[in-house]
Amino acid sequence: MTNKIKIKIDGKEIITEEGKTIVEAAKENGIFIPTLCNFAGTLPKGCCRMCTIKINNRFMTSCTTPAAHGMEVENNTKEINDFRKGIVELLFVSGNHFCPSCEKSGNCELQALAYRYQMMVPRFPYDFPMRSVDGSSPYIIKDQNRCILCKRCIKTIHDDQGRHYFAFKDRGHKLEVILDEKMGKEMSQAIAKKAMENCPVGSIIYKEVGFATPIGKRKYDHQPIGSEIEN
Amino acid sequence: MPKKITIEPVTRVEGHGKVTIQIDDAGQVRESRLHIVEFRGFERFVQGRPYWEAPVLVQRLCGICPVSHHLAAAKALDVIVGAGTGLGLTPTGEKMRRLMHYGQFFQSHVLHFFHLASPDFLFGIDADPAIRNIIGVAMYHKDLAVQGVMMRKYGQEIIKYTAGKKIHGTGAIPGGINKNLSIEERDILLHGADPLNADKMVEWSVAALEFFKAYHKNNRTLVDTFAEFPSNHLSIVRADGAMDLYNGVLRAVDAEGNRILDDVDCQDYNKYIEEEVKSWSYMKFPYLKHIGKEKGWYRVGPLSRLNTCDFIPTPLAQKEFEEFKAYTNGKPNNMTLHYHWARLIETLHAAEEIRNLLKDPDLQKDDLVVKGEKVHRGVGVIEAPRGTLFHHYEINDDDQITLANLIVSTTNNNEPMNVAVNHTAKSFMNGQREITEGMMNAVEVAIRAYDPCLSCATHALGQMPLEMKLVDENNNLLDYKTK
Repeated sequence: MTNKIKIKIDGKEIITEEGKTIVEAAKENGIFIPTLCNFAGTLPKGCCRMCTIKINNRFMTSCTTPAAHGMEVENNTKEINDFRKGIVELLFVSGNHFCPSCEKSGNCELQALAYRYQMMVPRFPYDFPMRSVDGSSPYIIKDQNRCILCKRCIKTIHDDQGRHYFAFKDRGHKLEVILDEKMGKEMSQAIAKKAMENCPVGSIIYKEVGFATPIGKRKYDHQPIGSEIEN
Repeated sequence: MPKKITIEPVTRVEGHGKVTIQIDDAGQVRESRLHIVEFRGFERFVQGRPYWEAPVLVQRLCGICPVSHHLAAAKALDVIVGAGTGLGLTPTGEKMRRLMHYGQFFQSHVLHFFHLASPDFLFGIDADPAIRNIIGVAMYHKDLAVQGVMMRKYGQEIIKYTAGKKIHGTGAIPGGINKNLSIEERDILLHGADPLNADKMVEWSVAALEFFKAYHKNNRTLVDTFAEFPSNHLSIVRADGAMDLYNGVLRAVDAEGNRILDDVDCQDYNKYIEEEVKSWSYMKFPYLKHIGKEKGWYRVGPLSRLNTCDFIPTPLAQKEFEEFKAYTNGKPNNMTLHYHWARLIETLHAAEEIRNLLKDPDLQKDDLVVKGEKVHRGVGVIEAPRGTLFHHYEINDDDQITLANLIVSTTNNNEPMNVAVNHTAKSFMNGQREITEGMMNAVEVAIRAYDPCLSCATHALGQMPLEMKLVDENNNLLDYKTK
């Protein structure tokens, strides 16, 4: 039997269950907290910081923080939204995200968050890093220009024996997510499609189907990200 | 004392260019050049990208005719995905693309005639520049201005319904199209509220032609002799010789009408066309290989298309075509200002073609894409509003682009525009002691007739103000004018 608890998010009292994270509790109650690295069915890591909230005047990641009875959470405030916008801007400047020619445009979570937080031009200088594009797999292309290192592909894409297709390579500013060369060549179409779907940006794309969804029918063409959660 | 005049940048054209005119001791124009001063390098940075990205990426060359680049790239990729060289698509795929293309043609030609060129006709080449512009047209010829705006809007609406949005859409994909035209969308375009419907566009296109023909009648000497010079002409034509702006074979005629290139498969374009690089311009100089650099250059665009095709497959435009051809007794028309006449005949043809296509039930079918055996090289050639447009891509086994070569419409017209500038400069400036604004505009009128898109031609970005410098032989500034 689970224990019901009460917490407040932006002054609104909601009921949830003990053990749930704040992001889960918020979602169940129609409150949107943005995430990028967090993915259903995997352990949260809190590495992208997109879900940052404030509890007792301290910044916390809501995907890793369990809800506790009586907790008062600041979520949709000017300060926190600007912080989140800053994270989106940093992600944009640290990669090469050219939305106009990206087939994920309209379905991209990063782009959708940029719209939601009204990013016009990043306040930080662009890095324009030299990044590679790996098309050696028969079904997917791994484009490092657009990778935000969220680890979703590392955590969720594996074969029947639990072997991972994707892994981190190098450290620091050279860190990148690579596709195992041998496993990439043997990857099934089903796995390839799943990898593309789980990628929040256009870093993993299924080959030869780009732009098949017309403008107007893409996920975020009419409703901003989070509107599927919000009451 | 020798002088050098610089017109920089040239106005009321798309993109950024400048003109230099060398005048010798006797006050005679010795040499003139149209320089294109921008550089972008799309051909390089498309390398390494997945091939299906090209139609969406490369169209960013331009905001005026992105559809042309979008479709030329898609046609090249049709070849790569095994969908054939232009006629292999499903009826819905091909006709949706044609509708998109003719919509683009219509809006681009209208933009050029009403917004960019009409001020010269309405107010005169040497009129006060303060009114010789689109604002002046709106103030003193309101009906005409509204007509221009609404016609352009109609073309843009077609693009929106076929490509997803008015500028930089995603409709064409390798092997076909990503949407059909719904009944509701068709009815909006075919029977929309006045004036935004297909019949009105045909009616207004006829009226625009009548306007130009009346101007021609009253200014015959100017229109017929302004920058008139013999040249070769090149375009694609349908296999039976009809004008076809979307698909066909390459044909070129010389100034006398002799076919110097005929029935050439577009996949073989680089066996016949080569580009020369000159140090003073970022725009290359294409020419027909078998004729050589000196005499192998050619014109493209509306005038050339009417010179190369045998007929236009829509009745009203065909009637106008016959009148156009009769004016030069069936011989190629080499009069630069007749580009405007030809452009308006094409505008009428586009309006008729749009109306025909909208009545075709194939547009509502769901069979959108076809693919076959993949190959590593594809060439897409299309008639863009400004002329023949070549897109050539090669890919590797990983589906990444390894080579891209674009010969953009305006690039084809590089040498002709230089000849036109030289011709006009000599006509208007030889022996003149002072360079007037009207003379400067005359040079621009010559360039403007070609409706150049200098951004596309160099794959560059910029705006187009006009600046003129008069310098002596030691490059000392003697006079400076800008607008």
